[in-house]
Amino acid sequence: MATFPELELSRRGILASGAATVAVSGLPQDDAQAAPSQTVKPVSTARVSFTVNGTPQKLELDTRTTLLDALREHLQLTGTKKGCDQGQCGACTVIVDGRRINSCLSLAVMHEGDSITTVEGLGTPDKLHPMQAAFIRHDGYQCGYCTPGQICSAVAVLDEIKANIPSHVSADLNTPARLSGDELRERMSGNICRCGAYSNIIEAISDVAGGAA
Amino acid sequence: MKFDTPAGTNPIDQMKVVGKPVDRIDGKLKTTGTAPYAYERHDVVKNAAYGYIVGSAIAKGRINSMNVVDAKSAPGVLAVITALDGPKLGKGNSNTANLFGGPDVEHYHQAIALVVAETFEQARAAAHLIRVDYTRTDGKYDLAVQAKSAPLKGDGSDEGSGAPPVHRVGDFEAAFAAAPVQIDQTYTTPDETHAMMEPHATIARWDGDKLTLWTSNQMIDWSRRDVAKILGIPKDNVRLVSPYIGGGFGGKLFVRADAALAAVGAKAVGRPVKVTLQRALIMNNTTHRPATIQRVRIGTDRSGKITAIAHESTSGNLPNGDLETAVSQTRLLYAGANRLVSMRLALLDLPEGNAMRAPGEAPGMMALEVAMDEAAEKLGMDPIEFRVRNDTQEDPEKPGRRFSHRNLTECLRRGADMFGWDKRMAKPGQRRDGRWLVGMGMAAGFRNNIVTKSAARVSIDAKGVVTVRTDMTDIGTGSYTIIAQTAAEVMGVPLEQVVVLLGDSDFPVAAGSGGQWGANNSTAGVYAACMKLRAAIVQKLGYDQARAEFTNGTVRAGNRSVSLGEAVGQAGLTVEDGIEYGDLDKQYQQSTFAGHFVEAGVDAATGEVRLRRMLAVCSAGRILNPKSARSQVIGAMTMGAGAALMEEAVVDKRFGFFVNHDLASYEVPVHADIPHQDVIFLDETDDKSSPMKAKGVGELGICGVGAAIANAIYNATGVRVREYPITLDKYLDRLPQVV
Repeated sequence: MATFPELELSRRGILASGAATVAVSGLPQDDAQAAPSQTVKPVSTARVSFTVNGTPQKLELDTRTTLLDALREHLQLTGTKKGCDQGQCGACTVIVDGRRINSCLSLAVMHEGDSITTVEGLGTPDKLHPMQAAFIRHDGYQCGYCTPGQICSAVAVLDEIKANIPSHVSADLNTPARLSGDELRERMSGNICRCGAYSNIIEAISDVAGGAA
Repeated sequence: MKFDTPAGTNPIDQMKVVGKPVDRIDGKLKTTGTAPYAYERHDVVKNAAYGYIVGSAIAKGRINSMNVVDAKSAPGVLAVITALDGPKLGKGNSNTANLFGGPDVEHYHQAIALVVAETFEQARAAAHLIRVDYTRTDGKYDLAVQAKSAPLKGDGSDEGSGAPPVHRVGDFEAAFAAAPVQIDQTYTTPDETHAMMEPHATIARWDGDKLTLWTSNQMIDWSRRDVAKILGIPKDNVRLVSPYIGGGFGGKLFVRADAALAAVGAKAVGRPVKVTLQRALIMNNTTHRPATIQRVRIGTDRSGKITAIAHESTSGNLPNGDLETAVSQTRLLYAGANRLVSMRLALLDLPEGNAMRAPGEAPGMMALEVAMDEAAEKLGMDPIEFRVRNDTQEDPEKPGRRFSHRNLTECLRRGADMFGWDKRMAKPGQRRDGRWLVGMGMAAGFRNNIVTKSAARVSIDAKGVVTVRTDMTDIGTGSYTIIAQTAAEVMGVPLEQVVVLLGDSDFPVAAGSGGQWGANNSTAGVYAACMKLRAAIVQKLGYDQARAEFTNGTVRAGNRSVSLGEAVGQAGLTVEDGIEYGDLDKQYQQSTFAGHFVEAGVDAATGEVRLRRMLAVCSAGRILNPKSARSQVIGAMTMGAGAALMEEAVVDKRFGFFVNHDLASYEVPVHADIPHQDVIFLDETDDKSSPMKAKGVGELGICGVGAAIANAIYNATGVRVREYPITLDKYLDRLPQVV
């Protein structure tokens, strides 16, 4: 039977695991303790090299650094957004080796040698990617905060359909993946837009894809 | 510029730029990730340290001690500031609970400590090393229980809705008792959270005793005032900068803990500090839309004329908190001689309740417009005909006081035509499409129009470039674009020749973004400043003021003509002005109206609801940019769909907090939930609202749409759910038998 040493926590470890643990009465308090406990560990760092938007990058990072924070805080590529930092909103979507991922759910050091594309790599204000231009034309955004993630997702979704990768709503796995409104809505559902631009976003993606929705 | 008589013909009426569905001028920045949001200002702030907030793990009680030894000695930590040893902060005018708690805790996840470290990872790790010893005391967390003893209370939402504790016209009880057709139902709406995509975030930097906050905030001047009050420093020493805001919906009307504690942290470490509220903290740390319990009674005669109408609502809040003003629209929407509204406020120890998109009307219309549907059915009348029969052109509480412009009936009639309402079966549960039970529902939409003063500074340079500066914010509403359109129209220049700078407290104070008042008021302020600039240019040239025209980048009078750049010369010209209002909003009731139409499918076996079609027809004055205004309306319809079908901040009634405090468990609509949406704007102007002849539209779309969805589900299934959100656990056992 496998053992899980990380689960064998000391009482102190349990207390330390929550920022605001409710102290249980009856147990001795260690508030008066002057010396730091052994729960304080030194920072471990590691080197990682990857390519971002075609530019090779070498970074030495705290190993806890997410790919998202490596982009935003270390490379100052703030186009990729932090909406939740827990993989629930899609604002941090980037394309890694052709596949879209939530960059907040991925540690930067896991991406040695990878090729990463962010919204800045798709286009610039002077040279827009067709998907960026379509979002503008169809007003597929409002506050703009989910927009880079939506656009990266949309670009990758069209590639997924081209690559015949099925989705939850694909009716038949033996026929090629279809480009339809339902398929786009399903595949885009990991990207929340609280401003509610969904109707316009689907029109923008359909426009780029050739008007199938 | 004082606006105290209805607008005559003015330069906006040319509609060469205003009224056109132009693309947003900030679109290229937003779609390429180059629009800078609050936490991202590497461009202006170097070497910022990272702050991380610790929230209270109890809802009510006292902090006995906080052990910060491990946190302070953790790698990279620069400072640990706790509610016990940190500076005593004041409370902003707009805050109910303190932003920094302790030793007394007022609500769950109230900020009780800030850790500042060299990196985000270090600050987060150290924050988790703080050990807190609390004494928890019992709190009140159950609205249904507290509602029984809640006292009457009247107030406004500060966003255009409100009512006295009790307000009566005629004799409601007698008229209701005598009415041959009666509806008496109670509806509930849950606590809801804004869930804007950008978490609250701030970078704070002190330069001597001057503080600059790059923050995400809808109301620059209110918040500058409150930052000064919280920190106990002069307002003049505070600068707020908020050019891009990743959504607010009322959640960023006020200063929150990120701003206050970033300032405190930056002071403590002598270095800029950036703080964002972690997503899992936001729901309990910040504000929410309070839950309501609403009783609606409608009495009619046999012809469908309302003779008695009453709307009573109870909501809860912390001590000194405000009400959810859910009865407000019922004072104005339908005729009826005998009327009653009342509100009660229960004391709760949940996090602070406050404004969320269309406070008052959003939940209020979810009750009233279902009650109207129920009354229409009881009468055997079409729900549109029932509403048309009770339409009014004057304030039902004040006969003779007319609406400035009201075309609700046309919204309903046009919508019915467009939507194919004649295909609706009056009897529910009659239409099938494969496995789907299909139904149509409608509701009226209603939201007040608020006028409030707003100023701007407008410059023109030797190249003829017009620059507008105002502290107005763009929270996704399209402010940048409609302000540019306004300036382009008045100054007679192409849109590309206008630069708009927003969201900086160094600029003149504008209306800000709230209560759907931003568009009309901020553009009216820009109009006023541009008209002053025109006069200054004409005077400088010695032209005849009455004959001067501004077109194609030139100013001309008779056969004299000069380009704007030449007219102002190398020195350029800058003026400042704003709009101020007389009492036209008292003389006339200014409101906006809509007809909401929804087709819903309900899976006959599983009860799953899918929205199939949505349409809103809006009567909201001049539409300044139909493209961005349409987006405001579909966005509000989407949020309304969330309110109707899925959104609920679930209260843990033992420990007093919202359990589902993240974006996975607090469900908001996603792509797959929302069908294609249509919006129609009636072609109209309202000359009583402002020189723009526009009104608000950003919240109209959420007012009524939830009820239209509820009514569509009823029409599909014959099952009425009066407890929002309409989730299938509430009706699955009542669905028609599957044959």
